[in-house]
Amino acid sequence: MENTIAERIYDFLKAFPPFHFMDEKSLLNIAAEVKVIYLEKDKPVFKANEANHGMFYVVKDGAVRIYRIEDKEPQIVDICDEGDLFGLRPLITKEDYQLSASANEESILYGIPIALFLPMALENKKVSNFLIASFASNVSDPRALEKSGKLFTEYSVERTSEILDLKKAKYTKNTVTCAPELSIKEAANKMVKRHVGSIVVLKDKKPLGIITNQDLRDKIATGLHTIAEPVTTIMSTPVKCFQKGPTVSQAQLIMLKNDISHLCITQDGTPDTELLGLITQQDIVVSFANNPIVLLKEVKRAEKASALREIKIKTGELLKKYLDQNLPLSQILNILNEINYSITVQAIEISLKKMNTEPPCKFAWLALGSQGRKEQLLTTDQDNAIVFENVPEAAYETTQDYFLELARQVTRTLHKIGYAYCPADMMASNPRWCQSLSEWQSQFTQWITNPSPESLLLSAIFFDYSYVYGDTPLVTTLSDRIFEVLDKNVFFYRHMARDATKSPALLGFFRQFLVEESGEHKDFFDIKQRALMPLIDAGRVLSLDHKLRNINNTAGRFERLAELEENNREIYESCSYAFKALLKFRTKQGLLHGDSGRFIELASLSKAEKLKLKRCFKPIRDIQEILTVRYQLK
Amino acid sequence: MFKIPFFELFNRKLKNAPSFYKAYAESFQSKKIKNMPLEALRFVVFDTETTGLDVRNDRMLSIGAVGIAGNTIHVKDTYEFFIHQDKFKAETVPVHGILKKGKYKQISEEEAVKGFLKFIGSSVLVGHHVGFDIAMINYALKRLGAPKLKNKALDTGVLYKKTIHQVNILNRDKQYSLDELCADLNIDRADRHKAAGDAFITALAFLKIRGRLDVKGQLTYKHLTR
Repeated sequence: MENTIAERIYDFLKAFPPFHFMDEKSLLNIAAEVKVIYLEKDKPVFKANEANHGMFYVVKDGAVRIYRIEDKEPQIVDICDEGDLFGLRPLITKEDYQLSASANEESILYGIPIALFLPMALENKKVSNFLIASFASNVSDPRALEKSGKLFTEYSVERTSEILDLKKAKYTKNTVTCAPELSIKEAANKMVKRHVGSIVVLKDKKPLGIITNQDLRDKIATGLHTIAEPVTTIMSTPVKCFQKGPTVSQAQLIMLKNDISHLCITQDGTPDTELLGLITQQDIVVSFANNPIVLLKEVKRAEKASALREIKIKTGELLKKYLDQNLPLSQILNILNEINYSITVQAIEISLKKMNTEPPCKFAWLALGSQGRKEQLLTTDQDNAIVFENVPEAAYETTQDYFLELARQVTRTLHKIGYAYCPADMMASNPRWCQSLSEWQSQFTQWITNPSPESLLLSAIFFDYSYVYGDTPLVTTLSDRIFEVLDKNVFFYRHMARDATKSPALLGFFRQFLVEESGEHKDFFDIKQRALMPLIDAGRVLSLDHKLRNINNTAGRFERLAELEENNREIYESCSYAFKALLKFRTKQGLLHGDSGRFIELASLSKAEKLKLKRCFKPIRDIQEILTVRYQLK
Repeated sequence: MFKIPFFELFNRKLKNAPSFYKAYAESFQSKKIKNMPLEALRFVVFDTETTGLDVRNDRMLSIGAVGIAGNTIHVKDTYEFFIHQDKFKAETVPVHGILKKGKYKQISEEEAVKGFLKFIGSSVLVGHHVGFDIAMINYALKRLGAPKLKNKALDTGVLYKKTIHQVNILNRDKQYSLDELCADLNIDRADRHKAAGDAFITALAFLKIRGRLDVKGQLTYKHLTR
């Protein structure tokens, strides 16, 4: 029998990870077993605590929201759209669903049976790496990890995954063992004494069985057996063994495949030879040393720009991995910003040490623009400023000189680390952007009361400032003052709103993309100017109007706005989502082409990518509509 | 004149029917599907490619069918065969793309129809302008000396009209093509004019139309036929 429908599903799946790693025959076999599920808007796919369906899902059309119920309110964890995969983790861990999933709009899903998929996936190294990645990083539920303290568990951030694949797994050679006659109580005491979570039962030096904490919980604590019985009554047997020198990925695969957390190393890899050691899941986790926590520690220890540069490069690798793993963008932003932030702090500390004297007064270092909004993923140029305490007029010049010198040191250090100098010289080393508190206040007042195209452009960058280093009250005072001035000059919002809506329509009459008409980037799509900026600008003016503080990132601003304005909630939420999707898109493009990712060659995009991009445009139109009406722009 | 009651006529027909048809007819137990919730029914969406539009003289070149249970199309639950026909019209090749000796394995019309009856059983048939496809099957059954199909049937063309508000119908007699449906319901149209491809597209259209009609999730079969 022919199977046109399976071929059709194959054609779709092959464009997305991890399916694009699979050969045609395997994937066709899978396609032939797919369930095509139609969901109306808001219909559930699965609910938390429901037994898993034995299949995971790929979004064919539409979008699915993954959420948890917190205090009876749904909290969206992620939104999956075309080509995204979800609901896989509970199948591998054989658990019930921990999160709920519902159609965010009318959707068609492909349900893929795990029983068919898993054996094929495990045979294919690239696919299994992908699975391990999503498994180890716990994509489906980052918050659960946060609670368990393992948020930063990362499977590999080595320069190349090859190194990790070939890396020999470290294992305990000094395994805690016991004889088969020993009572469970004595064995447990032995485990406590040695601080381990498992004990291997040995007979003639060969592993007979293993007892883990889980066995003690499941078989003893439940009253199934008493602690006086011999260890043999509750041990798991036979034990899974492997010969000397497994690589990290081999060990991890065997554990995954057999659903075990311990692996015995014996002479010839069977339970019939001498025990040499034991590998635990913990050992595997530890071997992935390059995780963000380790990186953060390295930052604190770094004494030179060159050391920070190394870390910066590693961070780039981390970003690539995260994107490959399709981690939620808000998660990636949090982690990356934390690292970028501490790198900047360290750069300032290093520079302060190079100064001959202590700072003459209190000051604060501010990040501006995308850094200030905490949206910097790819390394772009530095935008920063210094605000220092008000000093007597006589001392002003020397004080400013001191901070200009400090700023030169810091910007030079940042440059060495890999942040390019700002071509527009929007840096603290420029006297215009290294001022006292009162100077800054009058600067902002001037921008607000006399809006000109130039001041709008500058204020767009400066309004997104965020505190990085130094004295916090200085920054709070500055913000207070700005809000006071804004209160008296509400017309300024109108100027900002007009600025935010000036970017032209994104699609032409025939729904084609509007591309640059001339210049170096002719026929390229400018994702920054046409898609990201309108959202950033709209988010800024609306959150200034609402006096939102301490939220600078665009996605966060829209989420907060959604809470404040119930009637526009849906639009704000979709803006937040669209912004994250677009930023992710830009970052991926940037990594792919080794540039800022700003200009996108449309011809190089797949149809699915174009669709994804277009889907983000509706929220932009909607938000511009809101601004037009609210600030009476027409 | 001697009058034969209808059911007796039918029974007599059934008595003389070939054994494959009897097996098929037995799958219809006196289940009243009228009040059954849609979730509980199996629908079979199907399409045929033919040498032309004359049900009496033209022949089927392929049958594609796919089952729907609840809101799910199970790809495994499909039926797709190409049929060897002596009758062949070169002029329709550009429409369906099936050559007389094509790359696809062909089976006889008898095999294809027998398999099809087995596949559909007593399910509700769904198709776009389904009357034509049912007539094609019925003529093929006739050539095998068997009575007509017994299944209930729904036409997506008719169902689609129900989703359009009365006010917006400009031409009450307009026939909506599958392409028009796809455009409105936002369905990809790859594999158009391949029976199974069209059946799959029609199945998606059916699910979407049903979703629009069944806002409260309480529809039963009879609501669709009203």
